[in-house]
Amino acid sequence: MTTAVGTEARPGEGGARALIRAAAIGVSLAFIGVILVIPVAAVCVHAFERGWDAYVAALTTPDTVAAIRLTLLTAAIVVPLNTAFGVAAAWAVAKFDFRGKHVLVTLIDLPFSVSPVIAGLVFVLLFGAQGWFGPWLQELDVSIVFAFPGIVLATLLVTFPYVARELIPVMQLQGREAEEAAVSLGAGGWTTFVRVTLPSIRWPLLYGVILCNARAMGEFGAVAVVSGHIRGLTTTMPLQVEILYNEYDLTGAFAVASLLMLLAVATLVLKTAIELVTGRRHRLPLRGDT
Amino acid sequence: MTTARPWVQPSVLPGFGLTLGIALAFLGGVVLIPMAALVLKAASMPLDDFWRIVTEPRALASYRLTFGASLLAACLNAVFGSIIAWTLVRYDFPGRRLVDAIIDLPFALPTAVSGIALATVFAPTGVVGRWLEPLGIQVAFTWVGVVVALTLIGLPFVVRAVQPALAEVESGLEEAAESLGASRWMVLRHVILPAISPALATGFTLALARAIGEYGSVIFIAGNLPMRTEITPLLIVIKLEQYDYLGAAALGLVMLCVSFLVLLAINAINGWRTQRMAGRR
Repeated sequence: MTTAVGTEARPGEGGARALIRAAAIGVSLAFIGVILVIPVAAVCVHAFERGWDAYVAALTTPDTVAAIRLTLLTAAIVVPLNTAFGVAAAWAVAKFDFRGKHVLVTLIDLPFSVSPVIAGLVFVLLFGAQGWFGPWLQELDVSIVFAFPGIVLATLLVTFPYVARELIPVMQLQGREAEEAAVSLGAGGWTTFVRVTLPSIRWPLLYGVILCNARAMGEFGAVAVVSGHIRGLTTTMPLQVEILYNEYDLTGAFAVASLLMLLAVATLVLKTAIELVTGRRHRLPLRGDT
Repeated sequence: MTTARPWVQPSVLPGFGLTLGIALAFLGGVVLIPMAALVLKAASMPLDDFWRIVTEPRALASYRLTFGASLLAACLNAVFGSIIAWTLVRYDFPGRRLVDAIIDLPFALPTAVSGIALATVFAPTGVVGRWLEPLGIQVAFTWVGVVVALTLIGLPFVVRAVQPALAEVESGLEEAAESLGASRWMVLRHVILPAISPALATGFTLALARAIGEYGSVIFIAGNLPMRTEITPLLIVIKLEQYDYLGAAALGLVMLCVSFLVLLAINAINGWRTQRMAGRR
């Protein structure tokens, strides 16, 4: 629309067009600048405000190192589990016709529309001291809430749909002929999946895994509810950001935040690269694009 | 093997029982049983108590803020998100691809990070807050701050929903309208808006749904004063910290019901879009 249209241009046509163009670009950049670019830049500025040495020192305090380790460990458990679930669910939904399929797909989406705080709350109500299984767990001397298992469960719940949601539409679109041919030629189920299905879904699978991982490492609300904020023990990186910020240790808070931002940027770069490879652009990561 | 299962179509492919079993076990264990625990907990209290908890003044004030700010943020995103989508689809300018990629940042950025970043930038001494202070606009620790945070996290939903719809509007249609003498306003009103409105509705609702449940990016900038800048998810957390499980469950159920309503709205809009698309062919 940058070229003049119509057989007879109205007076001042080109000028008005240029004005609209400039206004649209100006408003867009100003909005994105104020609400997105300046805050993100502020994270970097504050992280390095007191120099590189202070930055490194802030990242190597025992509590922060423990938080980084806990975040990596949580993601290392949650992402493979949700990937296994996602692949299994996508296989069942895409390769078979059964009653209740739509209900299943809707229920898989459910965690997307639930507040992270609710995702934490439900596990406190199940496993907390006054929860349904609280007394029983106390007898066994097992703690789930305010401990590592609670953090894993809450993270599992908030990242639940990511892989399944990416795979289901792709596998539905691909149909079943290739797999049916492989099976009728004598291939086993596992061989069929690894040799026929997996090569054709590897990019969407990776896409889902990357988004799942970003959310798992960055989740705040759900984990905040079940963690109990025990320093060095049940504090993940986002919770460590909160603790340091509330203690006015801004260098420390923004140093940890800068690591999480690096994770976000790496996620975006990988995501964009996959979109370029697969030729799919402008996608809503959640519902609505199917 | 198939005779025993009248609810599944026969297929030569293996692994149905196994994969569906895994999917249902995960779904049940991670999502459904925990959600049921919330509903049962809330249902275990007498209706009077439930009603008293969910309608106490502090809770009502938190609904007003949560839903009001979410609605306002979604409206802001509908306007500015559409302008941004328009800019990205229609114009080429230096850095367009970078701006396009940055739009997704709120999806990937952990909410605690955007929370402390916004709180710092919009504080009265912050980079942006410093300029707004003399104008009498206070963002941090007021409801305005809540709206700013919810706008940030909702922005990608509208932009990403509207972008493909805008790209599909045939510019020939606009040109035809213009050559027939339609003003720019008429083209916008009668050609472009009708074409993108279903996508815009989807983006708006998704942004709204995300905003209603948001916690991390809001609590740092909100100031969290009871009755004034306290969102409902925070009130749930406060009740939990006071070991008031029943109160937390009651408010949780209210939020869960609202989420379901929004989910229904999203499905309805999607149905409407599919119908329109079918009608066009």
